[in-house]
Amino acid sequence: MSIFHELAKKPWLINPAEVEGVPPPAAFFVPVGKVGLRVFLVVVTVVFTLMLIAYGDRMLFSTWRPMPEPWLLWLNTALLITSSLAMQWAKSSAKQGNSDGMRDGLLWGGVLTIAFLAGQLYVWQQLVDLGYYATSGTANAFFYLLTAIHGLHMMGGLVAWGRSVFKMWRGGAVADLRLSVELCTTYWHYLLLVWLVLFAMLLFS
Amino acid sequence: MSNGVFDDVQVIPPAEVDDVELYHAHSFITKYVFSQDAKIIAIQYSATAITIGLVGLVLSWLMRLQLGFPDTFSFISPDQYYQFVTMHGMIMVIYLLTALFLGGFGNYLIPLMVGARDMVFPYLNMLSYWIYLLAVLILTASFFVPGGASGAGWTLYPPQAILPGTPGVEWGIILMLVSLVLFIIGFTMGGLNYVVTVLQARTRGMTLMRLPLTVWGIFVATILALLAFPALFVGGVMMLLDRVIGTSFFMPEIIQAGELLGTDSGSPLLFQHLFWFFGHPEVYIVALPAFGIVSDVISTHARKNIFGYRMMVWAIVGIGGLSFIVWAHHMYVSGMNPYFGFFFATTTLIIAVPTALKVYNWVLTLWKGNIHMTIPMLFCVAFILTFLNGGLTGLFLGNVVVAVPLSDTMFVVAHFHMVMGVAPILVIFAAIYHWFPKMSGRMLHEGWGQFHFWVTFLGSYLIYFPMHYLGFVGVPRRYYEIGETSFVPPSAATLNEFITIMVLIVGFAQVVFIINILVSIFKGKESGPNPWNATTLEWQTETTPPSHGNFGDELPVVYRWAYAYSVPGVDADFVPQNMHPDDVKGSGSADDPSGHH
Ligand code: HEM
Ligand SMILES: [Cu+2]
Repeated sequence: MSIFHELAKKPWLINPAEVEGVPPPAAFFVPVGKVGLRVFLVVVTVVFTLMLIAYGDRMLFSTWRPMPEPWLLWLNTALLITSSLAMQWAKSSAKQGNSDGMRDGLLWGGVLTIAFLAGQLYVWQQLVDLGYYATSGTANAFFYLLTAIHGLHMMGGLVAWGRSVFKMWRGGAVADLRLSVELCTTYWHYLLLVWLVLFAMLLFS
Repeated sequence: MSNGVFDDVQVIPPAEVDDVELYHAHSFITKYVFSQDAKIIAIQYSATAITIGLVGLVLSWLMRLQLGFPDTFSFISPDQYYQFVTMHGMIMVIYLLTALFLGGFGNYLIPLMVGARDMVFPYLNMLSYWIYLLAVLILTASFFVPGGASGAGWTLYPPQAILPGTPGVEWGIILMLVSLVLFIIGFTMGGLNYVVTVLQARTRGMTLMRLPLTVWGIFVATILALLAFPALFVGGVMMLLDRVIGTSFFMPEIIQAGELLGTDSGSPLLFQHLFWFFGHPEVYIVALPAFGIVSDVISTHARKNIFGYRMMVWAIVGIGGLSFIVWAHHMYVSGMNPYFGFFFATTTLIIAVPTALKVYNWVLTLWKGNIHMTIPMLFCVAFILTFLNGGLTGLFLGNVVVAVPLSDTMFVVAHFHMVMGVAPILVIFAAIYHWFPKMSGRMLHEGWGQFHFWVTFLGSYLIYFPMHYLGFVGVPRRYYEIGETSFVPPSAATLNEFITIMVLIVGFAQVVFIINILVSIFKGKESGPNPWNATTLEWQTETTPPSHGNFGDELPVVYRWAYAYSVPGVDADFVPQNMHPDDVKGSGSADDPSGHH
């Protein structure tokens, strides 16, 4: 049922199919959590897009002094990709009702994400040691800002992840966990995508 | 008989929708303080917003006292004047209007009007309110920190907002930005609820095109807010970093008293773009819910179906979309490329088309209606006039050649107060008089309501009409005093005195209104469940005020749109949305299209 079809309706005319008290044909039969997450990701996309536009705008200025890209960022990227894969594994295991697979995938996903965040902090440390302070150039400031906001979103994801792990640990059935694992996975894939775009922009500058 | 759309029959899903598992509160605290019931959250939001709005109102009195009677009030210094302007603007736009329309009316009306038991994420909804409260408290605290509140103007333009010389640069601006960032986080939690509830929690038969326009207005405004607030969020966070750790996102290289400040090639203009990318849609975040509410209230009180329902929906959606491509009309004097100016002037004029369409449709709804001049109706008619008025001056300001000389004069102040100050506030009053009986089970006092209406309506015109004239002669905005200025005639001072006296009179009427609310909660005339004979679902609840879960054991089933008023051949002059076709008495059918188009 497309939204356009819905918007083209004439509610002042009677529609026999709807008079008999059926559910609205347009209600998407999708769990609210999924719709909620999608809407939230749209909001997050706007946040990152605006920051990237600002970043790109500054890049074009003659006073732009780019900063180095520590090789560690490549390792961190690899960590984040594997954590996303682990979450995917958890999700498909949950779908098949395989609780061991779900547990392993979820745990690995979280551990790798924590490793990623630690790696990011280490990159910050390296850059500060090299004298690239946030205050000593707009490029530096954007680097810290973008990585920080991305990291904060990852940490938010870890809170949701922690809740799923907690439920699992308390012996929750796979069926009860399936939705939260699925939502976490979507979120992880999304943040991986964001990271790849950010990283590409950083390399590009 | 019908338009022949039968193909839905094959795809009818099972007629039972799962009833949601309701959260049940066990103690007083979880029931009324940390409540997850959207109706309680709505009242919390409204009470907080109105309280901080009263602070904004008192600030406007102080400003007007200074403008009307310069050199009289020794306790208002130039610095304080700036702080009052700033806090007044920010409080009114964000903490009062946005919070009241979306957090207040959104929370109360969405679940009831779509036939849901509650919002879909009640816990998040509760969190949303508490974060909003925290944001309000932090904002208020900024009056009391060393240096006082920020005086940067509500637009907070850097670099001046965070450089010495602007009041509140020590702490005020920091608290202001933190408060805004929190507000946005809190709002996002609420906003997710409003959107997903409208999409997913509608009751059986409540198709999108049967939603009352109030819900459409709030729904689209929420989407706008979800997409626009991120710009303020990004700008706020970046400015906070500039101020606190000394980055240079918005700070160009600045020489102060012959010395380089150590800032580095940032872009002040970038902030302006971010601010207005949020700021213009913000006007519609406030206006769209108002549009929706007005449509429903006039239809109910004129006993007539809304004229051009589908057009109204499309106009709301269209205005929402267009509002994202007009923002730079606030930046005509920022030195932009003239072609950009041309582009933004064009989009600004285009957005007037769907807006004017709505005005026509309201007028046509009233046309030959059985108009009951109740207090809500009076406020709605006043809104239509005021919005039209503010919209017309907006057309002037949308054009670069007119906007440039009028920029930063009192004309602009008059324009935006008409269009987004007075107009939405009139709708808020209409809505409070209209829905108060549902929220409390009692009517607001009619006589006091009349007094409140006439003083507010006429008073606002006496305040803002003359202000246009002050703008024409060149009285600048955001000035503590203009003293003797060659191009401003002395009569401007007399006019300023007059305006200030009107402001105090209008202010007094608001005090009467608040007292009316407080007294009527306990002593008002009992209203019964549906005093206005309205069709929408919130009036059909089993109890008034609606209990936790909104509807009784069974959710209502919706059979028709929200505007079945004065249907030919039906005995009653209204048919509730959830009345079964077999129960409609009369020779015709409530759902017979031959009667009304
Ligand atoms: C009776 C009610 C009100 C009165 C008397 C009033 C009065 C004023 C005054 C005197 C100024 C400062 C003008 C200047 O020196 O530039 C001002 C600014 C402003 N007002 Fe109001 N106002 C009222 C209600 C509202 C409402 C409801 C809104 C909501 C949109 C609002 C939004 C603003 C904004 C955004 C500014 C600009 C602040 C700035 O320049 O930074 N006002 N108002
Ligand atoms: Cu605008």
